[in-house]
Amino acid sequence: MGVAAHVEPRIRRRRSLLEQRRFLAPALIAPAVLLVLLLVGGPLILSVYLSFTNATGGSLSGDFVGFDNFTSEWGDRNFQTALRNTIFFTVAVNVLVVVGAAVLSHFLVREFRGRWFLRFLILLPWAAPVALSTIGFLWIFDSLFSVINWVLVHASLVDQFNPPQWLGDRENAMAAIISVHAWRLLPFATVIMIAGLASIPTEVNDAAKVDGATGLKKLWYVTLPLQLPIALIAVLFGIVFTATDMAVVYILTRGGPFNSTQVLPMWAFATGVQSGDLGAGAAVALYLLPVLALVTVLMLYFAKRVEVS
Amino acid sequence: MRPHRTYSNIPTYLVVGPFAILLAFPFYWMLWTALKTELDLYNVDSVPFGLSKGSPTIDNITFLFTDTEYTRWLVNTAVVGVAVVVITLLVAVPAGYALARLSGNWGQTLGVGIFLVYLVPPTLLFLPLSRVIAELGLQDRLGSLVLVYPGFTIPFSTWLLMGFFKTIPRELEDAAQVDGASRLRTLISVIFPISLPGILTVVIFSFSLVVNEFIYAVSFITASSSKTVSTGIYTELIRGDVFFWGALMAATLIPSIPLALLYNLFLDRFIQGFTGGAFR
Repeated sequence: MGVAAHVEPRIRRRRSLLEQRRFLAPALIAPAVLLVLLLVGGPLILSVYLSFTNATGGSLSGDFVGFDNFTSEWGDRNFQTALRNTIFFTVAVNVLVVVGAAVLSHFLVREFRGRWFLRFLILLPWAAPVALSTIGFLWIFDSLFSVINWVLVHASLVDQFNPPQWLGDRENAMAAIISVHAWRLLPFATVIMIAGLASIPTEVNDAAKVDGATGLKKLWYVTLPLQLPIALIAVLFGIVFTATDMAVVYILTRGGPFNSTQVLPMWAFATGVQSGDLGAGAAVALYLLPVLALVTVLMLYFAKRVEVS
Repeated sequence: MRPHRTYSNIPTYLVVGPFAILLAFPFYWMLWTALKTELDLYNVDSVPFGLSKGSPTIDNITFLFTDTEYTRWLVNTAVVGVAVVVITLLVAVPAGYALARLSGNWGQTLGVGIFLVYLVPPTLLFLPLSRVIAELGLQDRLGSLVLVYPGFTIPFSTWLLMGFFKTIPRELEDAAQVDGASRLRTLISVIFPISLPGILTVVIFSFSLVVNEFIYAVSFITASSSKTVSTGIYTELIRGDVFFWGALMAATLIPSIPLALLYNLFLDRFIQGFTGGAFR
């Protein structure tokens, strides 16, 4: 190795503090922990504090109002729609994504001609910045020149003079948002599942072969059970990414038409930034916390499971 | 893996092919739109796949670079990205190494803990942070983003790097130390050089997290000249009901394609870090 081999005799060589694990390790880790506490821990506490006050746009403090922000939001129609939609979008997107990714990953781990190029195409939605690709969808869902409608009209599936308004009515807009999220998350989930497949030791495959397990049998009894923990990790990521994303809804519908596609992050932004009601906005965002806490606990649990297997 | 015979690949193509088309189609469509003239864009006869009335053209791209602040946003994004990546590496490389090697069980726990911070979304933090940024007088400044972004790049990178460092054989370090090198020296002249591919992977993925970020960028910055590509294109290039679709599509493709190429290039490394990381 490229280390200059100074083979000096080690007599009386005083080891500096840095040589000792118990000093070196904390010294190397401390900056990361401190920055994370400062940039994430601090704001999180501040957010909880704000949610109990009536602070408005101009300042960081306000009068203590107890749970008023939480209860008044809970009774708010827009908040209720936002909560319902957030849950619905998250579930729908992740069901689509996990099924798609499970199938795709099984084929994409194989070696085949043109794999590099096909993989490039598949990674595109994940690599492209979300706010940018969503603008692309704004054009794809255009009210007059939608390419989807062009295809549907030419396949005689919809009426030429009354084509679907993808972003203009409630059901279609929801379908549009779900598809964009699923489209975007599918490559990421696929990659995680490929990682899961790649980490299955080759001995397992060999053993399965010796036992005569092939094809579907092997898939069902050997590969899928081993893939399950990491698939769940993909789902947990997926839940966090969909439930907390604002960009897709912000760009496609702004929560419209008539708040029908409102989601919690967008509503928190509308309340806290646009209407300047900092306390209520913080309360809206914090309603996401129980979900995230649950995801965290599950993540830790499955992380342990993967470690054992 | 054994090379398959051609016919055994057919199911693979039948599954992967449609997925690839479905996932890549929007980009194909963006490219087509970017190359069309305004007249051709609204020409119903050639709406999806034809080109006429002066198409293909590079006018949209020229417009983007000469008549808008697009170049400025690209530069802003690059400046923020580079600054954040440098800060991230300075903090995350030592931490990732120490968590992987120098600490026992508590290191593993702390590693998972740091990673879980990555799951705390900007959605929960942007309201208090936007006030803090205002108090610090950083509103409309790129500095605000440089200050805040390490909050998510550091947890992500530390954890991924931890995975990479675990895959380096311990014998290498032992050999260096037998040769009399100090721990710090071993780290700098043995570990870092062979971890370079892993570190590059972290550079790419944390840079792209920065390019992707939307909610902070949209809450902290309202001045056009300080915007990043993620927010600038949407807020500045769409004026009321006037859509410069060709230019918009060109603007979205320009950063996306290079990023996707880099992702593909480093994907195997990413997977390696992921499987070596906190979940192993």
